[in-house]
Amino acid sequence: MTAVADTAPQSAARERGPRTPWALTAPALLLFVGVLLIPLAMTVMLSFHDWGQYKGIEPVFILKNWHEIATDPYYAEMFWRTFRIAILTTLLTAVLGAPEAYILNRMSGRWKSFFLLVILGPLLISVVARTLGWALLFGGNNGLVNKLLMSLGVIRAPIPFMFTETGMVVALAHVMMPFMVLSVWAALQRLDPQIENAAMSLGAGPVTIIRRIIMPQIMPGVLSGAIIVFSLSASAFATPAIIGGRRLKVAATLAYDEFLNTLNWPLGAAVATLLLVALILIVVGSNALIERRYAEVFR
Amino acid sequence: MAYLELDRVAKQFGAQTVVDDFSLAVGKGEFISFLGPSGCGKTTTLQMIAGFLDPTRGAIRLEGKDLTAIHPAKRGLGIVFQSYALFPHMSAAENVAFGLEMRNVPRAERAERVRAALAMVGLAGYEDRHPRRMSGGQQQRVALARALVIKPSVLLLDEPLSNLDAKLREDMQIELRQIQRTIGTTTILVTHDQNEAMSLSDRIVVMSQGRIEQIGTPEETYERPASAFVSQFLGKTNDFAATIDRTSAPARLVAGSWSAPAPAGFSGPVTVSVRPERIGFGDAGLAAKIVTRIFQGNHWLFQCESECGPAIVIRQNDGQTQPAEGETVRLAWRPEDMSVRAGAPA
Repeated sequence: MTAVADTAPQSAARERGPRTPWALTAPALLLFVGVLLIPLAMTVMLSFHDWGQYKGIEPVFILKNWHEIATDPYYAEMFWRTFRIAILTTLLTAVLGAPEAYILNRMSGRWKSFFLLVILGPLLISVVARTLGWALLFGGNNGLVNKLLMSLGVIRAPIPFMFTETGMVVALAHVMMPFMVLSVWAALQRLDPQIENAAMSLGAGPVTIIRRIIMPQIMPGVLSGAIIVFSLSASAFATPAIIGGRRLKVAATLAYDEFLNTLNWPLGAAVATLLLVALILIVVGSNALIERRYAEVFR
Repeated sequence: MAYLELDRVAKQFGAQTVVDDFSLAVGKGEFISFLGPSGCGKTTTLQMIAGFLDPTRGAIRLEGKDLTAIHPAKRGLGIVFQSYALFPHMSAAENVAFGLEMRNVPRAERAERVRAALAMVGLAGYEDRHPRRMSGGQQQRVALARALVIKPSVLLLDEPLSNLDAKLREDMQIELRQIQRTIGTTTILVTHDQNEAMSLSDRIVVMSQGRIEQIGTPEETYERPASAFVSQFLGKTNDFAATIDRTSAPARLVAGSWSAPAPAGFSGPVTVSVRPERIGFGDAGLAAKIVTRIFQGNHWLFQCESECGPAIVIRQNDGQTQPAEGETVRLAWRPEDMSVRAGAPA
């Protein structure tokens, strides 16, 4: 509290009715309800409507779409692929991002800010442009890297990248890396600057220091970064759309196709709703687990 | 032979010299304080002993062996950091056990030594507490136990008490001294608190701007400061401008209306330095007027304007009536209670 607020007349505070907080938050609340909650509720309702090739959308309440998703293995495959890609992306960003943040944190002044900019730089460029860059490097016979490696005789056939899960994971990891690095970076800021010296003075070598002292303390940062990366990767659209296209669909591109190509809006809505619910469950669940496991570090 | 020896140690960061020409011989079991204002190089010196920094010049020897050649992890020194640097994800016992684990001490012996170390610092029963659930004083004790349990050849304390409140700090000072006496570990304390240095150490190394100003026992540094800096830094002091009067025989040292037989080896303008508690109110001496009188329980603090500039006087509250504000008094002291330096006061 500032001194100014403390000395404000008490009567003014008393005159404020119980409705004041509501009145003050009303504009934001209305916007939130209008552009998020209502469309979301409509999407959920839409998923229970019927659809036919010739009759279009029929506003009735049936479980046809949900039944189709639950029984057709095509959808199961799609969702497994989505989460497989998201998990692999998360692992890749954690394995590369955590050491990256640690090294960054140990750099001195000028280099630190320069490399922080390098890491955050990709956020300034559109996801589409970044993903198309990967396509330019590895896209079939004409990809720059493929061409070079083939002309050098290192490989015979182009490295399969486009329309592969590997390609999707690599491109997504590139897009998501800043979130992981920033999250681990924030955890590293909380470390006692003398903690490594303390461990060293007690006889610990560099590997032991990282394994026993640093890792346990930045784990909450890695895990919260993992939650961000996982949920963003599982719901990512642009990267899977460009790398996977129609051949290798994930939940987000599937929903898009149902809406805009098949025009089966109710089915698309069901896919989107399921993705949302699954993500919420996973994120909330793992968050609760992390907070319980690392209660001491979070205090 | 000295146990720990620093021989003309210097540290430079780029063009800046942080520590220069630092030589010190520490005896086994001695308690040494590095005392100085912030930026005087005391922590840098400690870090060079610990091995976190390499000296630019000079040698550091422990029992005659070159310490700088040994990796910090192998030096076997116990260090208590200002921030304690406890491992927050480990319990108190795990924190203390860490150093023993690194030394491959068997599990049973480890548990026994951890228990004993925590009991020694008065934390028996706190084994399973995590640092963030402990008070500053308790964390401090865990840090001390963690440093002592490995039976270090030297214990290094980097401003360990500066984050504690005044009352707790006094208690910890006494306790620290007792623990150090009991186990006899050679100890180096870095501090900017002169009371802490004086109440704990066998010898004090007073530092300023990277250089040693004086090395001596607390009494020596307080009673016979080697420089103006030391006398100013260790407690309050009065510096009076005085002259040596050679016209009278024998020569006399004159400060205003106060005079005494001149000490040998001085001539011209000199500075007389007297501690405030050594000045008394008398019938003859330096003429002064009392500006403020402050009652501080066990003593009175007088701020006076004397003919030789401002002066402070401390008198024990021994029940005698003391002069009031505005009164004119005469300030007098015994010649053996002053120290004399050549030149006018800075």
